[in-house]
Amino acid sequence: MASVCFYFQVHQPYRLRHYTIFDNNGLYFDDHKNESICRKVASKCYLPANRLMLDLIKKYEGRFKIAYSITGVLLEQLERYCPEVIETFKELAKTGCVEFLAETYHHSLSFLYSRNEFFEQVYKHIETIERLFGQRPRVFRNTELIYNNDLAATIEEMAEFDGIIAEGADHILGYRSPNFIYQPPNCENTKLLLKNYKLSDDIAFRFSNRSWSEWPLRADKFAGWINQINGNGNVCNLFMDYETFGEHQWHDTGVFDFLQQLPEEILKHPDNDFKTPSESLKAYSAVGTFDVPHTISWADMERDLSAWLGNKMQSSAIDTLYRLEGRIKQCEDARLLEDWRKLQTSDHFYYMCTKWFNDGDVHKYFNPYDSPYDSYINFMNVLDNLNYRCSKILAQQEMVSSPAALQEEVAAV
Amino acid sequence: MKVFMLGWEFPPFISGGLGTACYGLTKAMDQLGIKIDFVLPRTVESEYSTHVELLTPGSTQAKAYLKYKGFKNVTFLAINSTLRPYETAGACRQYAGKISAGKQQIPGGSAGSTGRMDCSGDICTVVHRYAEAASNLAQGEQFDIVHAHDWMTYPAGIAVAAMSGKPLVVHVHSTEFDRSGEHVNQIIYDIEREGMHTADKVIAVSHMTRNIIIARYGVAEDKVEVVYNAVEQNDEEAILSNQTGIKKGEKIVLFLGRITMQKGPEYFLQAAKKVLEFMDNVKFVIAGAGDMMHQIIEMAVELGIGHKVLFTGFLCETDVEKAFEMADLYVMPSVSEPFGIAALEALNHDVPVLISKQSGVSEILRHVLKVDFWDTDETANKMVSVLKNPPLQMTLREHGDLEVRKLRWQYAAEKCAKIYEELTVTV
Repeated sequence: MASVCFYFQVHQPYRLRHYTIFDNNGLYFDDHKNESICRKVASKCYLPANRLMLDLIKKYEGRFKIAYSITGVLLEQLERYCPEVIETFKELAKTGCVEFLAETYHHSLSFLYSRNEFFEQVYKHIETIERLFGQRPRVFRNTELIYNNDLAATIEEMAEFDGIIAEGADHILGYRSPNFIYQPPNCENTKLLLKNYKLSDDIAFRFSNRSWSEWPLRADKFAGWINQINGNGNVCNLFMDYETFGEHQWHDTGVFDFLQQLPEEILKHPDNDFKTPSESLKAYSAVGTFDVPHTISWADMERDLSAWLGNKMQSSAIDTLYRLEGRIKQCEDARLLEDWRKLQTSDHFYYMCTKWFNDGDVHKYFNPYDSPYDSYINFMNVLDNLNYRCSKILAQQEMVSSPAALQEEVAAV
Repeated sequence: MKVFMLGWEFPPFISGGLGTACYGLTKAMDQLGIKIDFVLPRTVESEYSTHVELLTPGSTQAKAYLKYKGFKNVTFLAINSTLRPYETAGACRQYAGKISAGKQQIPGGSAGSTGRMDCSGDICTVVHRYAEAASNLAQGEQFDIVHAHDWMTYPAGIAVAAMSGKPLVVHVHSTEFDRSGEHVNQIIYDIEREGMHTADKVIAVSHMTRNIIIARYGVAEDKVEVVYNAVEQNDEEAILSNQTGIKKGEKIVLFLGRITMQKGPEYFLQAAKKVLEFMDNVKFVIAGAGDMMHQIIEMAVELGIGHKVLFTGFLCETDVEKAFEMADLYVMPSVSEPFGIAALEALNHDVPVLISKQSGVSEILRHVLKVDFWDTDETANKMVSVLKNPPLQMTLREHGDLEVRKLRWQYAAEKCAKIYEELTVTV
């Protein structure tokens, strides 16, 4: 039996506006740019892809299934700029063939920096998904598939989830196949679904690459590769950005046609089916332990944290950000807290990556800045202002709570 | 392959980037085994005997040999003292005096401007006399190609090429539009234009310059090639002596170049003024001299930041090293910079770099900060960020160092060699 398990990551950050030392207002985000990008991606990807998914689910009467992880920061933007996208996701939710996963609401690296903040963001996301789509997530995926044993232990302790999505990293798997369910060490109730990065990337990255020996990739050929898993694997986890459809791979590459034909080709083989992550976890038991003492992710060749924390600018920016946590929360100011959280979105640190800057490849595509240095300068200016606002509020609190200061104020009046 | 190369200046007798570029390029060609006769006007006497050995004049009266250490395949021919440039006008005589005093070492400057003084008419006479002498010299030499650096040598290049029937390459390190904005000197423009049009191939130091050559001089696109400059690796550690006027813990922002319109010193000062609104422990050093020096000193005072701006005047090579060693940030706000070797020198000295987008070097550098020269808010924004955030400085240094190591004269020399080959095959 080979089950195909699709999960799509759906995310857009709140991009910052150009913020210099001369700015001193609390308006950090480029509403105009964020709106236009949301609308553009909605019309090129989210709306046509959702429509196609709905059609396929109807056509195959429950035999075609998929899962999404939609970040809180994108859901907010969609509610504001493209509510029709939310409506189509709701329709998908109603089919019963679509599972929604949980992650940190702000697509953050909080797991690495603040456990409290991590929990707060995960619960905020769970509640949002429940409110919008009427289901409480049972599977967790951390930002950029950042994963280690500690994350597994933390999730196990939360007792919210049946499993976690992670990268099928070669250096951990060794000779083993990603097409089975695994278990983290010392966990009873948490299982792992590992991304089959080869087959996932065939769609997400290589689909339109004309110099790739398998180009053009058609559904029947891809289904042939899935069929080969039959007999030596249980589940093929195809995890990718949803924006693959229509945004990373443009419509004219034929990526929608590929997707449209895929269920039929896969289901031609009687032993194949589609399963959601939760169903996969229920259907198959773990075949072994996936031991990850050092953090892995799904990014770049390194499959590590270097895309977000690889240079000194990145680590100093994120350190400075999380060091503010105590003071920010002390302020009890909803807007301040929300601004601080939006700055945690991992994309901001990704923009500062210098690792691939010389080769100017995939990172450039996703980067609104001319250079990683510009993005750092911008981010630090924003952070400086955030810190300033924070200090101002705390100083006011001090005034109010200190009777001496109060008396002085009264006297002054 | 032998090249008859025409230059105007050569280290240590230089006033800017032209001499530095000629030195780097010919040295790399020398290592590739390309034979060169390098012709120079002889302006300076033997006080530099550590670098240069002056041989007794050869067979002809107008010929002297300069011997440079480390060159195997290059013969330096000095056109004799009868041909000293700048001698004809008062202002120029003064200038020549400075050259021979050895104070003109200002990397980042473009030597082209040396001809743009009140005496361009006279300079032109000198240029044509240089052309005459050069073609006399050429008569005794065997070579395959003529390569002329910047407008002062174009007439010579044209003459030598015509006389010998060999192909001509003109190398554009700077154009009249870079040096003078829209107020071009017609005589110089005409000389440049004639050189570019007569040449079989035009080498531009950047795409920015190539575009000017095509758009403003009407040269056919396929005739213009870009060969970027490079920088010699700096392995020596300069020793920092006690500096006056700069307190410990104070940050140094360095402007290094000629103080002329082209280099944008006034934008540097405007940005400095804005930086000082956000931080106090910083000094701005303006190293170099030029026709706007007086105006810029006055401007600093008018802006009320006179006490924060230090003027060094001309710096000799060792002082330039010291200036780089002290600097926390090098700023090149040029209005129009065909290349900008000084940015590479700053990187070579591990100094973070902020350059204007209106510079040729910005086409090849990625690990530097870039601004539009006129956007002094953004310049100040970036200056403050570098000075306040050590991680930014460190990342710029780390990557800048790696980047500058990849920019080698060898590649420029190889590209020139390829151009020579193409020209000599078709001829």
